Amino acid sequence: MITYPFTYRRAKSIAEAEAMLKAAPEGKLLSGGQTLIAAMKMRLANPPELIDISGIKELDYIRVANGAVAIGAATTHWEVATSADVAKAIPALAHLASLIGDPAVRHKGTIGGSVANNDPAADYPSAVLALGATVKTNRRSIAADDFFTGMFSTALEENEIVTEISFPIPEKAAYKKFPNPASRYAMVGVFAARTKNGVRVAVTGAAPCVFRVPEMEAALAKNFTPDAVANIKVGADGMNSDIHGSAEYRAHLVTVMAKRAVAEAA
Amino acid sequence: MTVVSMTVNEKPVSLDVEDRTLLVYFLRENMRLTGTHIGCDTSQCGACVVHVNGKAVKSCTMFAVQAEGAKVTTIEGLAKDGKLHPVQEAFRDNHGLQCGFCTPGMIMTAVDMIRRKGVMDRETIRHELEGNICRCTGYVNIVSAIEDASKRIAGAAEKVA
Ligand SMILES: Cc1cc2nc3c(=O)[nH]c(=O)nc-3n(C[C@H](O)[C@H](O)[C@H](O)COP(=O)(O)OP(=O)(O)OC[C@H]3O[C@@H](n4cnc5c(N)ncnc54)[C@H](O)[C@@H]3O)c2cc1C
Ligand code: FES
Ligand code: FES
Repeated sequence: MITYPFTYRRAKSIAEAEAMLKAAPEGKLLSGGQTLIAAMKMRLANPPELIDISGIKELDYIRVANGAVAIGAATTHWEVATSADVAKAIPALAHLASLIGDPAVRHKGTIGGSVANNDPAADYPSAVLALGATVKTNRRSIAADDFFTGMFSTALEENEIVTEISFPIPEKAAYKKFPNPASRYAMVGVFAARTKNGVRVAVTGAAPCVFRVPEMEAALAKNFTPDAVANIKVGADGMNSDIHGSAEYRAHLVTVMAKRAVAEAA
Repeated sequence: MTVVSMTVNEKPVSLDVEDRTLLVYFLRENMRLTGTHIGCDTSQCGACVVHVNGKAVKSCTMFAVQAEGAKVTTIEGLAKDGKLHPVQEAFRDNHGLQCGFCTPGMIMTAVDMIRRKGVMDRETIRHELEGNICRCTGYVNIVSAIEDASKRIAGAAEKVA
């Protein structure tokens, strides 16, 4: 499959990427390309210009400082999965990255692309939301609770570039994913975390957009054990339903995966 | 059109191609290196896996222009001086292929995983193969071949050390 023609440009800095975007109003950022190139081949996306940010050095880093792990937007899933710093500070996050797709996808795909894309079944959004991370862009900082606004949609404005995701280091955290056996995307994934600002539980894969489960968070704040969530069910209304699983099945999986995540974190 | 320069199997190449040329077409059609296959063309099957700067990637999901300045290795670049790579040997000895369509991608993925992980148990190998599909379903022997190859490579490294 061949995409529509486009002009390719490689940005060497954030400033250069901004200037290129300004000059190309219909242009799109290209990071790992593991979502965008497939969409372009299917001709679902037809940007006349692609601005490649994957080689921008100032977007490729992992820094642990001031109680947070800050990851540059162009950092690959493979880099996060194999980072000794991430494994030490937030092992659940390194584990999550190691479960994305397959080795070849992880070698190219980036955290910035995944978060900006907000696929309903993507893994990273659950970590961003459960850890209360901050999404930094070339213009501002956005709290996780305000960032993911719906299916494939985020608070990002036209031509806004994600530059960093900063994850506060939690006291305890774990991610449990029930992968679709064919695509490896999450049927349901639950990220549970006990943080300085309370317990947070985020669910991906189940609904059109990642979401928190306040009933589980309240129960876990009192008693951080799998039993505390064992009888908390989320309704099937509004859950994803497709050939891979019904809404009821996914709703049921939320409780199962939440129990497993808490068991691992506790 | 853009002039793209890279090193393919240790040979420098510069070609003027359309920006939308996928790396897999650059290799197969411009360079006539048809060992890299196109199976699904949708990033699922791994038949198109090559190494870019030493890492396995799906060449159907990358544009040739993105490989500017890169070192690319395809299945044709593995054998040295008429001698098969140990992973290729192990696939032959373990009957790791049937029709052979998935094999170039399987082998490139295997070389990459052995480089990263060394000797692996079968479960780990199966996880690492999640991005490669064999439609002849010959996975048992593919896993055996990779297990065997990882041991041969570790053994050879010990002898040298
Ligand atoms: C076979 C396969 C299996 C996969 N399995 C999983 C899985 O199990 N779990 C999972 O979570 N994902 C999975 N993915 C998706 C993968 O993680 C992608 O890498 C990711 O969704 C997109 O990241 P990217 O860097 O490739 O972005 P790209 O494809 O380059 O871009 C995606 C979108 O984000 C925009 N964008 C990119 N970077 C930025 C930025 N810095 N600021 C603003 N906008 C930006 C682009 O313009 C584009 O619209 C899979 C993909 C494949 C091909
Ligand atoms: S042809 Fe590239 S993954 Fe199938
Ligand atoms: S050997 Fe036929 S597809 Fe794998």
